[in-house]
Amino acid sequence: MLVIIGFILFKGMPTLNLQLFFGDTDPLAAMMGLKPVWEGIWPACVGSVTVILCAVSLATVPGVACGIWLASAPEKTAQKVLGIAVDILAGIPSILMGLFGFSLILLLRGTVFPQANASLLLAAFCLALLILPYIACATQNALSSLPKQLAITGAALGLTQWQITYRLLLPQARAGIMSGLMLAIGRAAEDTAVIMLTGAVANAGLPGGLFERFEALPFTIFYYSAQYQSQQELNMAFGAALVLLTLTSIIFTLLAALVRRPNQNMSETISRESVC
Amino acid sequence: MQSFNYTLKQNTWMQGLLVTLVVVSGLLLLSVFCFLIWFSLPVFLTETSAVFKLKWQPEQGHFGILAMVFGTLSLALISTSFAFVIAIGLNSFCLLSRRRWLVAILQSLLKFMAGIPTVVYGLAALFLLLPLLRNILQLGSGYSLFAAVCMLILLILPVICVMLDNITTPLWQQHALGAQALGFSPEQTYLQIILPHCKVNICGAALLGFNRAIGDTMLPLMLAGNATQLPSGVFDAIRSLTAHIALVIATDQGGEAYNSLFAAGMLLLMCSAFICLLSRYLVGRNRLVQPA
Repeated sequence: MLVIIGFILFKGMPTLNLQLFFGDTDPLAAMMGLKPVWEGIWPACVGSVTVILCAVSLATVPGVACGIWLASAPEKTAQKVLGIAVDILAGIPSILMGLFGFSLILLLRGTVFPQANASLLLAAFCLALLILPYIACATQNALSSLPKQLAITGAALGLTQWQITYRLLLPQARAGIMSGLMLAIGRAAEDTAVIMLTGAVANAGLPGGLFERFEALPFTIFYYSAQYQSQQELNMAFGAALVLLTLTSIIFTLLAALVRRPNQNMSETISRESVC
Repeated sequence: MQSFNYTLKQNTWMQGLLVTLVVVSGLLLLSVFCFLIWFSLPVFLTETSAVFKLKWQPEQGHFGILAMVFGTLSLALISTSFAFVIAIGLNSFCLLSRRRWLVAILQSLLKFMAGIPTVVYGLAALFLLLPLLRNILQLGSGYSLFAAVCMLILLILPVICVMLDNITTPLWQQHALGAQALGFSPEQTYLQIILPHCKVNICGAALLGFNRAIGDTMLPLMLAGNATQLPSGVFDAIRSLTAHIALVIATDQGGEAYNSLFAAGMLLLMCSAFICLLSRYLVGRNRLVQPA
């Protein structure tokens, strides 16, 4: 295990410079999007960040809503059904989500939208579906681990259900929900299979729009490790791997710091999530 | 409790919004299942015989995926059983060891391992493990079941370990003192009391690891060689169902090849849904087993 991390560090460190990110292009011009970058991983970084942001912003609101509802709704049967659906969905292989996106394109092409193609929006949508169960799980656990008296006291003080949820419960459960979000971001960042089937390509430049194809870090690593033609491309793969590793480890360290408190329910949440 | 239920019924419009969101996301989740099932039903109803064969030769019109099924199963079974044994060992070490700092390091290392992207594992194995297999052990190109299994073990080890830890730690705290008073050594406590007590939950944890091993795409795709054959030994190349899906879409063959793809997807979905439910049931019994 340590050997592997050490190996990535050893191979990645020397390649970690401006050349890696921007190739021969001027960094400032590249950052502003004025010149295309062909021999660097800057477009991949931007693509990754864009698709993660899109996916998380798509998934957050429904995910949190699902969690709140799962934790508080009175209808037990519906709750159970949704809970099982969330559970199964959290466990299904990510490639199936890619397959779903892929067949969605086929369907759209066949029916209403003939020029449908793999794109950033589709990838973000599928990623959002992939991470939605994590957010819902985390929110539900965070809310249901709060003491029951909180809600009852709120009701006794004459607050409506919405006020109780919004003013009392959500602020209390913020840490749990945040850690769920971080976990979701981590998952979205590391997942390769989904974006591979729904829109990531090797050479696309900066993401041009929601309906264009894009580059992403994990796919870059995969692509260059499988079909590198020169030492330089191989170095790019190692550099990208190091960048991705740093990114995810930062996210997970933050996550661990968030849940450091000795709270049994919390650690249960995390374990359940990491298993999902 | 009465008043609590009463306020739940006082819906404001925000409450309505909440329910709408929930319904939308619930429908989305359901649509994923329906979609996959809908696309793969024709395959199962009409061309069962064509898909469930051993031969995969698209040029000659053979679209069998049984070899892939077998590949996936052998991959997941071997790696889960090894990872399970290692996880039990690590877990007992975490509980029994007197060197708490070592345990703390081990646990944070496991947490860290859970966050490493699989692509990075694949990349590292491509340039560390494969040359070892190829040059030093002289095993052909090195792309093999063995390489994929090695990395899969690393991948699912944290999953099983964290689960085991969650299950056994409370039990240990409950029973350690009593067992010690009865004259058990710590090792005996672990083997005779803790393990039998949560046998079922441990099976659940192992199942979750198995699920993860079935579902992983990148490692088999990068390391297992992707040859569509029945492996005759651990050093043969195989192709897993997940890698098959990725490969067929990438090569864009169209037509009948897609059928096999949806059949593969369906098999994976069924398998993982079943395992999920089963392990949810098994692990969930934990709460019944341990008194509050």
